Amino acid sequence: MAATHSETRSARHSRRVSLRNILVRWELLLVVLITVVTLINIQQSPFFLKPVNLSRAARDFMELGIMMLPMTYIIIALATVDLSVASIMGMCASFMGLLFMNGVDIWIAVAAALALGVAAGAMNGFLVAHVKLPALVVTLATYAFYRGMAYAMLGDEAARGYPESFTYLGQGFIGDGRIIPFSLILFLALALIFGVVLHTTTFGRYLYAIGNNEQAARYSGVPVDRVKMILFVLSGFMSALAGLVLAARFGSTRPDIGLGLELTVITATVLGGISISGGTGTMIGAILSLLLIGLVRFGMGLMNLQGQVQDIVIGLLLIISVLLPSIGRMLSRRGALSNLNVSQVLQVTLFVIAMALFVAFFLWSRSLL
Amino acid sequence: MNQLQPLVSLDGISKAFGGVQALKGVHFEIYPGEVHALLGENGAGKSTLIKIITGVHQPDQGEILLDGKPVRLADPRQARSSAIAAIYQEPNLFPDLDIAENIFVGRQPKQGKRVDWQEMYREASKLVHSLGLNLDVKTKARSLSVAQQQMVEIARALSLNARVLIMDEPTSSLTLSEVAELFTIVRHLRETGTAIVFISHRLDEIFQIADRVTTLRDGIYVDTRMVADVTREDLVQMMVGRTLSSLFPKHDVHAGDTVLEVEHLAGEGIFNDISFELKAGEILGIYGLIGAGRTEIARALFGIEPATGGRIKINGREVSIKSPQDAMDLGVGFVPEDRQMHGLILQMPIAQNITLPILQHFVSGFWLDRNKESSTAHDLVRRLRVKTAGVWQLARELSGGNQQKVVLSKWLGTNPRILILDEPTRGIDVGSKSEVHQLLSQLASEGIAIIMISSELPEILGMSDRILVIREGGLGGEFAQAEATQEKLMHAVTTIRPA
Repeated sequence: MAATHSETRSARHSRRVSLRNILVRWELLLVVLITVVTLINIQQSPFFLKPVNLSRAARDFMELGIMMLPMTYIIIALATVDLSVASIMGMCASFMGLLFMNGVDIWIAVAAALALGVAAGAMNGFLVAHVKLPALVVTLATYAFYRGMAYAMLGDEAARGYPESFTYLGQGFIGDGRIIPFSLILFLALALIFGVVLHTTTFGRYLYAIGNNEQAARYSGVPVDRVKMILFVLSGFMSALAGLVLAARFGSTRPDIGLGLELTVITATVLGGISISGGTGTMIGAILSLLLIGLVRFGMGLMNLQGQVQDIVIGLLLIISVLLPSIGRMLSRRGALSNLNVSQVLQVTLFVIAMALFVAFFLWSRSLL
Repeated sequence: MNQLQPLVSLDGISKAFGGVQALKGVHFEIYPGEVHALLGENGAGKSTLIKIITGVHQPDQGEILLDGKPVRLADPRQARSSAIAAIYQEPNLFPDLDIAENIFVGRQPKQGKRVDWQEMYREASKLVHSLGLNLDVKTKARSLSVAQQQMVEIARALSLNARVLIMDEPTSSLTLSEVAELFTIVRHLRETGTAIVFISHRLDEIFQIADRVTTLRDGIYVDTRMVADVTREDLVQMMVGRTLSSLFPKHDVHAGDTVLEVEHLAGEGIFNDISFELKAGEILGIYGLIGAGRTEIARALFGIEPATGGRIKINGREVSIKSPQDAMDLGVGFVPEDRQMHGLILQMPIAQNITLPILQHFVSGFWLDRNKESSTAHDLVRRLRVKTAGVWQLARELSGGNQQKVVLSKWLGTNPRILILDEPTRGIDVGSKSEVHQLLSQLASEGIAIIMISSELPEILGMSDRILVIREGGLGGEFAQAEATQEKLMHAVTTIRPA
């Protein structure tokens, strides 16, 4: 029909091109930022490039990375977050510590902790998928509940004295060089699996389908509720695993272990280009974002900048990374500038001033250090 | 149209998006006191033209004259203050505000700094009654029917002293009697000198209500004619550039074995005691007013909201359908009414939409075989003649008719034995509509049992072997094709059920 000729002409979207567009939008931006941060780090500190330092630094981010993998799935498919991940981490690590202190074999305790993680995730999943409560509210409630359980198990005490075979999970290295941390390999293996599942399997396709239009996915026979259940169970299991790695790295468990980590996990995921409105994002983006955050924190640590300052920089990065694509969209819209009205101009100006003040404050605080 | 000058006049309007020319040198005039129909297939440029009149888009070339003076409508607010208002296919009200609040939202009558509620309700009542509506203005918009919501939108437009009212497919989700009510109001507005731009895909309605008709094709102005001077065939030819041989190509087929038996099916509080049979190769039309429970019956058969009572037998065996997966395993496919909400994932490519229900077929080892997926999608797209740049084009970039063909491709890919379609041609252009009808006919002759829900009488009468009438959640009658007429169906739909 003649009516559709113009549409055919307009659409030059082959799959390869659209994939390239995605890379240009997000992952490339992350690579550029990573390169910039790395160059600054090299220039600022002679210690940065030492393999020992790099590998030790990498260990500090592996729990974060492990929890980020299922969070990526949850944000893509459900456009919401699991707020209870750090609490599940704390509860499961505490449970393992409690069992170990009471004479249970460490590996049985580990298995029990992982099972508890699965159960905790299943409870979240049941309330979300079958009782149909909003995920944000459910996991906000279990965020408090599971952390409370951690305190109930250990009280003020800390479980310690773990055998070396266990602490290897978080402290050990592969090979003689003491260069490649075991936890890094664990994370990379898991990331590979999560990435392959997300991008090449039926399950991964279901996640994007649900994230883009849950109703249409349901009408196409996608088992939406089962997928939701699986996601939360997966999140529970991975949080428990991350808890074990963290306990192994510290060599002890206190009930406040990993407190507040859920927000860092969410930050890292969103910075990776996983849209909080669901349906888009890649695993490569998430992993690059973890690398970026790691490099920023490590580099600033080498420069003796305090944790709070590091938080400010990560916050700025997040805002910038969310802002850049929308600025790009604004500029690419033809004639957008002539259509800007006064209030938009005012808003943008205010924002620029606020950012300038922010950066000025940051520089000022830095010179005080 | 003997008025001295048009209220609004567009001259030589051109507009391009990216490299696509949406409108080219279009000419359009609206006189006070006329109903001016705008006609064209989907993608012909009607929406773009409307968006230019309402200030959403600005033309690249050409001139807009208001009362003979050139104006620049930089944004919708400016169009509104120039007394141009529009109502759309889907009413756009705040569901939790009442009628009066919706009419006066953002500009409530004030007494000092406080809202003068009494005054607001009095004014709203006056407006609503002037439209001949019998509604309490304190009713929440949520509890109104689509038709009633549209009336509220019209009331809002009137309260803004709109002199030009643009109605973009206002009738597409209304039933016949609601359309009649709407037309009464439109005629009343015409008498009071309002200029009305009326868009519809239903040619009958244009003959009923419009004075003049302007046709667009591929963004190009075709012609403006007096409705009294044209025939149906003329209009179709102006729209598609050729004549359609037959609108309803239903072939007679020999119905096969009974594949579906529904006995006393009930859905909590919505429908009950629904019984019917469906044979292979048969098209069963389901007709009824919107809200009568037609869609809910279809949804129960597909397991989206499972039935709460009664029995379903497929091929003589009693089955339990608790989820869409159950239904699909039994060979049931469902083309839902709302293709953008339920039928398609607009942000995903055509191929991924088509293969979503049958993804398991493409699993080789651990992962999906994308080449096989592409070629399956490609075959279906070609079979249904979807106009697309390729199967990796995003679904949202297609026109309505092509989107509907993608939804159909998706379900054909599942090899259904029973295909349920809810309003399969709603809001799509004449050309695609006829293609969908031909396809249904062909599928039936291949032995697929088809249930087609529709609010369009000509479609129901033209396509169905048998017609089931649903009234207030119950069966209102069953007619064979030969005995069914418009009058009988209307009668069956509107009579009150004997107690």
